[in-house]
Amino acid sequence: MTQATQHSSRPGAGSSEPLLSVRDLRVTFQRQGEEEFHAVDGVSFDVRPGQTVGLVGESGCGKSVTSLAIMGLLPGRGNRVSGSAIFDGEDLLTLSPSAMRDRRGSEIAMIFQDPLSSLNPVISIGRQVTEVMERHQGLSRKQATPKAADLLERVGIPDPKARLLNYPHQLSGGMRQRALIAMALACNPRLLIADEPTTALDVTIQAQILALLKELVVDTGTALVMITHDLGVVAGLCDEVNVLYGGKVVERGGRHGLFRDPRHPYTVGLLNSIPRLDAARGDKLSPVPGSVADNLPWTAACAFAPRCSNAIDPCTAETPQWEGDQVVGFRCFNPMGGTR
Amino acid sequence: MDDNTGPSRRPTLGDRRKERIDALATAGTVVDEPGKSLLRSAWERLRRDPVFLVGAAITLVFVVLAIISPWIAPWDVTANPLIDKVRPQSNPVPGPEPGHLLGADDRGRDLFSRLLVGSRQTLVVGVFATLLGLLGGITLGALAGAIGGFVDTVVMRIVDVMLSFPALLLAFTIASLAREPSQWTLIIAIATTQVPIFARLLRGSMLAQRSSDHVLAARSLGVRPRAIVFRHMLPNAMGPVIVQATLSLATAIIEAAALSFLGLGNPDQRQPEWGQMLGLAQRYISEAPHLAFYPAGCIIVVALGFTLMGESLREALDPKSRR
Repeated sequence: MTQATQHSSRPGAGSSEPLLSVRDLRVTFQRQGEEEFHAVDGVSFDVRPGQTVGLVGESGCGKSVTSLAIMGLLPGRGNRVSGSAIFDGEDLLTLSPSAMRDRRGSEIAMIFQDPLSSLNPVISIGRQVTEVMERHQGLSRKQATPKAADLLERVGIPDPKARLLNYPHQLSGGMRQRALIAMALACNPRLLIADEPTTALDVTIQAQILALLKELVVDTGTALVMITHDLGVVAGLCDEVNVLYGGKVVERGGRHGLFRDPRHPYTVGLLNSIPRLDAARGDKLSPVPGSVADNLPWTAACAFAPRCSNAIDPCTAETPQWEGDQVVGFRCFNPMGGTR
Repeated sequence: MDDNTGPSRRPTLGDRRKERIDALATAGTVVDEPGKSLLRSAWERLRRDPVFLVGAAITLVFVVLAIISPWIAPWDVTANPLIDKVRPQSNPVPGPEPGHLLGADDRGRDLFSRLLVGSRQTLVVGVFATLLGLLGGITLGALAGAIGGFVDTVVMRIVDVMLSFPALLLAFTIASLAREPSQWTLIIAIATTQVPIFARLLRGSMLAQRSSDHVLAARSLGVRPRAIVFRHMLPNAMGPVIVQATLSLATAIIEAAALSFLGLGNPDQRQPEWGQMLGLAQRYISEAPHLAFYPAGCIIVVALGFTLMGESLREALDPKSRR
């Protein structure tokens, strides 16, 4: 983990002091009688105020675990978290559970993947939105209700006063995700973590939700960590992108730089596996071969080597080190493309 | 589909198919009004369910009868107007006659009045035993499911021990511990057999709730643990427990009758109870089977009413059959 600490020529907007600074985050799952599993293996990244940072990778690369670890929401038993996640001068990983509870929902909030199962089916939408404000802002339910209606309106739910009385099963998928976003934004958090917020939605609704997120982030200056497997989402939303593979960041860059000049073969593979409308007829999609299950341990190899088209001898002999800094860089012995 | 809608025209296959599809479409349209909770939509379904209606009707009739029985019973249950007609050798049980619909029992007391008033004791024992069992079961189950870990292990082992006894045997043992039997020993004995069932059920669904997405989402918003348990987990976990409670009412009534039949109920014959009446009837079972038949029939019908209600409630609350 050698990381140069340079803050120059950073892509994206925002001030220079990071709001969230994750350093060498490791999450190890340990079950009795089984080998340890390193779900997150030394992830470091920064999020600056107002910035949108993407964590990209396929299923099982550790992106959701990263977010849950930062939020302190991993199940209590069977895992070990190390490293640090400095938010506003405090390490979230060492905060007491109750101090962490005070920050969740007010300072940092999270949006989940499946909007239906993430809402409590027996409580009305209004009650679920006001609950957050009652909890963190000390409002009574009466005081919070008009604010909740305003929130629903702000996230684009029509007829918000009537919707407050609705139950989750009465809303459409897009509406539910909007309601969840309203709950997350109820106390104006400074950091929002969105864990694949559009995966369970159809394409038109996806676009709406992404546009909404973008608008809210710009309006409120909230920093956003966008967890996704969809590079299209990244292209539309993120200022900075971290590509994760096997629990490590394998490439990082500004969205323009990354899409124009990807260096890590995995990033190239991800980009090649996006269907394109302007591709010639009959062109086959080229997916990344194999699956995460083929991973090598990072300890003495590049985890991606078995699936890599560009692998050379050292790839299976030693761990590739990070080449670059906090802003751009990659982890590869035989990178693609030219020099950056 | 233009002008051929005359009355003489026979519907074609296509027409009928369309009708069917239209019928399906209207049937599939869920009438959604703002503020209709899952419970309310379950209630909407129940209202149209004939099984539920029958069960509820039976239950309602008996509950109303139990409440008003002291006023509508034609005779005092302790009076023995037909005592003169009791001939221990030839005619131990006087049959029906004007003013005595079902005749009298072996002490010349009006059988119909005793049946009516007996519904009180039986229902009271059934309802209170179930409520008490619910209280205990919910406390234990919520404790185990919400705290988990060591508490969970200890509570669930106790529950397992209780479950490993046959219910009636356990109730019998507890009831016979009492110095003098009364309806309260019955209630406590039966409640004890119901506690582990409710506890286990609630603990299971609490565990499922604990790892659910909406609880994680609530935690991600900083909701306090107490609110998580009482607002987000418990209400969602209660469905199966409520259903089981309805079904348990039937079991409790049958068990109460069984215990009083065995002489562990309230021995005070001034307070008739169906199980007690059954027990008293066994001496005359060959000469006067109707003495046993009526209270037994009442027990069966009431239990059936509760069971029908519980079963349809279970169906209405089952998320898989929803929509």
